[in-house]
Amino acid sequence: MYFNSRNVKKGGISLSRRRFVQGLAMGGTCAGLGLGPSSLLATSMKRQEQPTLRGTAFDLTIAEQPVNFTGVPRIATTINGSLPAPTLRWRESDSVTMRVTNKLSESSSIHWHGIILPSAMDGVPGIAEGFNGIAPDETFTYQFPVIQSGTYWYHSHSAFQEQTGHYGAIVIDPKEPEPYTYDRDYVVMLSDWTDEDPLDVYAKLKKLSHYYNFNERTHADLMRDIQEKGVENTWNDRKMWNQMRMSQRDLADVTGYTYTYLMNGQTPADGWTGLFKKGEKILLRFINAAAMTFFDLRIPGLKMTVVAADGQYVQPVSVDEFRIGVAETYDVIVEPQSDSAYTLFAQSSDRSGYARGTLTPDPSLSAPIPKLDPVPDLSHADMGMMHHHGSGMTGMDHSQHQMPDGSTMQGTDHAGHQMPEMDHSQHEASQANQMDMDDMDMGDMDMNDMPSEHAGHTTSNPSDFSARAVHHAATEYGPHVDMRSDNPQYRLDDPGVGLRNNGRRVLTYADLRNLKTTSDHPEPDREIELHLTGNMGRYMWSINGVKHADADPLQWKLGERLRITFINDTMMNHPMHLHGMWSDLETGDNNYLPRKHTVVVQPGARISYRVTVDAPGAWAYHCHLVYHMLGMFRTVVVS
Amino acid sequence: MKKLIIALMMGAVSNLALAGGVEDDPVLTKLIVDKLEYRNGEDSDHMLLIDADAWIGRDLHKLWLKTEVERVEAATEEAEVQLLYSRAISPFWDAQIGWRHDARPRPNRDWLALGVKGTAPYLIEMDAALFYGESGQLAARLDAEYEYMITQRLVLIPEIEMNFHSKNDEATGTGSGLSNIALGIRLGYEIKREFAPYLGINWAKKFGDTADFAEEEGESSDDVQFVAGVRFWF
Repeated sequence: MYFNSRNVKKGGISLSRRRFVQGLAMGGTCAGLGLGPSSLLATSMKRQEQPTLRGTAFDLTIAEQPVNFTGVPRIATTINGSLPAPTLRWRESDSVTMRVTNKLSESSSIHWHGIILPSAMDGVPGIAEGFNGIAPDETFTYQFPVIQSGTYWYHSHSAFQEQTGHYGAIVIDPKEPEPYTYDRDYVVMLSDWTDEDPLDVYAKLKKLSHYYNFNERTHADLMRDIQEKGVENTWNDRKMWNQMRMSQRDLADVTGYTYTYLMNGQTPADGWTGLFKKGEKILLRFINAAAMTFFDLRIPGLKMTVVAADGQYVQPVSVDEFRIGVAETYDVIVEPQSDSAYTLFAQSSDRSGYARGTLTPDPSLSAPIPKLDPVPDLSHADMGMMHHHGSGMTGMDHSQHQMPDGSTMQGTDHAGHQMPEMDHSQHEASQANQMDMDDMDMGDMDMNDMPSEHAGHTTSNPSDFSARAVHHAATEYGPHVDMRSDNPQYRLDDPGVGLRNNGRRVLTYADLRNLKTTSDHPEPDREIELHLTGNMGRYMWSINGVKHADADPLQWKLGERLRITFINDTMMNHPMHLHGMWSDLETGDNNYLPRKHTVVVQPGARISYRVTVDAPGAWAYHCHLVYHMLGMFRTVVVS
Repeated sequence: MKKLIIALMMGAVSNLALAGGVEDDPVLTKLIVDKLEYRNGEDSDHMLLIDADAWIGRDLHKLWLKTEVERVEAATEEAEVQLLYSRAISPFWDAQIGWRHDARPRPNRDWLALGVKGTAPYLIEMDAALFYGESGQLAARLDAEYEYMITQRLVLIPEIEMNFHSKNDEATGTGSGLSNIALGIRLGYEIKREFAPYLGINWAKKFGDTADFAEEEGESSDDVQFVAGVRFWF
């Protein structure tokens, strides 16, 4: 196999844990100069500038490249010798041509993520029309008109090449000026690097699914819980998890134990640096190109104004922090008013590590790096259980009711999502008995109130966000599915586990409103419900309990408008990516549906979006977590 | 047996290579040496115990090999091997059916094995099996263990094993009814996930005729042993 045979063997270098997680200072690619690891270590220049290619014709070469992120030389998959791959700068309404040459010893491909194009140019081997991958030493020419603008990215759709470095940014300059101004812009691409062979990572997850989880609850947590809540309450709080044989700390399948998190290809030890002049408006184009990692991003000292999501304009919203799912992009504007440095802090959502960068007026300045937030516990909501029927749940810890749907609580100030009266501390799990949640009849709350309350617009045209009874297909029952959400809720204004009530204004999907009205969009012709399913212990993933290899393609009619509802029957976030067509996300006001290419379906949650089926051909539709994707995948045929 | 393991593993490697691309459900192999330990007790001086399993297969279908060998002073006192087809029957349980062979003590005994292996609520790892032997002998075995995490790497594992038999089998020192119970507690440190040295205590007690047979042989029926060993897998 490619990965096995090409990996440079470990050279007996012993690594401290710190170096491994933080990365090697001055690590990274050595730009095709053929430098060995020792000369690389001696390199004094940090490779900070990400190459950018402009124009309408591009030559891209996929090849193997020696890298060293952790002190151990490894082989990465790069494009034009760069990790991340060069940023491609296109112009809206140009026609672009990319001649892609594969110098690997195995098949490769490039998928243009979020780009609306003909199926044959989409780059998914075996699905895109007439495309079976780019064989070794062959060149494939992609050519298509660019009919959109904004921040996107590209990556391999072959094997696990995304994990080994095959990803880069796409920035498309708009024909009409953007609805905001800025003095400079930076691509900030987040990713996760492992020294391990991705095939080994996958095999380890199959053999021991918690292999990489070193944030389990231990004796000390148990003692603390008993001290705070008593034995009985502690037992009851943990009862459901124990009975379901699930871990409340099942936050990420692959963690900082093996990952070094990168920002524009820079390890945390180095950090990426972006320069600015005081008073400038800086547009930061965040792209999550990680294989498996969700990042929670903030810049202490700076408010961020989110102006685009997945390349599409949204009504500006000012936040302190946002969670970016795998494959999502967010464009934010920051305006530093002082001559000091600021840290871009991107902690992994399971708190096992971080990527970082610095915005600074002077390369010699740096800013403090925040500590990782405490490791959160999953709540009952994350299991698809909004409220509880069991008698054993008295004295419930309110961490299990973090009000994912805070806005449904009458009299709660949900607008800022701060919920000040509930904001006791960062540690969600320690807030036992502060509120008697049992007094609140959550089951009877009218979920329809949420969007209108939230939006505060009289013209609001909300969708049906009621939590209707959920039906699980017969194919969802069996050894391959370990959980079915019995009460999945729309949790659009839930920032997600680990971000709830953290005292910061955190972006949620409920904040996303299209800049332009979508009131002229047609109503859906039909609805499809898709269940995201799996067995964590066996590490099997599927949709409706059927993996891709066993599934018939989804047949969609050209010209129809669909409403797709996802039910997440797992405890993991799944960033669902539909190729070729936009996902118009129902976030509360259907007059302003934001357009996305990747929609995060939170654990145990429900979410809906609308798709105008306007792209004939075959398309991929899948979870973008690289080790879930093989099973949690559907081919869509539009005809 | 060793050859068999190697043959199985070779099979897996070639299958993977033939697959070419990445499969969602590749053929994998796992060798698990659950206990490779030295035991020292009143009645069990310098005992070496190996409890090792191996499997090859896919998500829902596997071939399992289970072995347990006890050696005292260079003599093999007990040796058992099971070859089982394992099929997932529910999210947390596999049914396992196959053949068990006891090579020691003499004379050999062969059994049809039928069991379930998996995770019970409260994350208790269980292996429960019924064995049907040659002369109508029926045996049952229950093995349960729990991993209590003291820290992320320091793990305390209590374990219980019980064996029942329907008939006396004096030749092998087996009595009917509840034959024996072993209670163990082991404290391991996972240097890597795949490698954990441990220390522990094992209490082995024989009951009924099994105890009598042991005492006739001059062995004790009740033994507390200190154990030291390693657990590893790959």
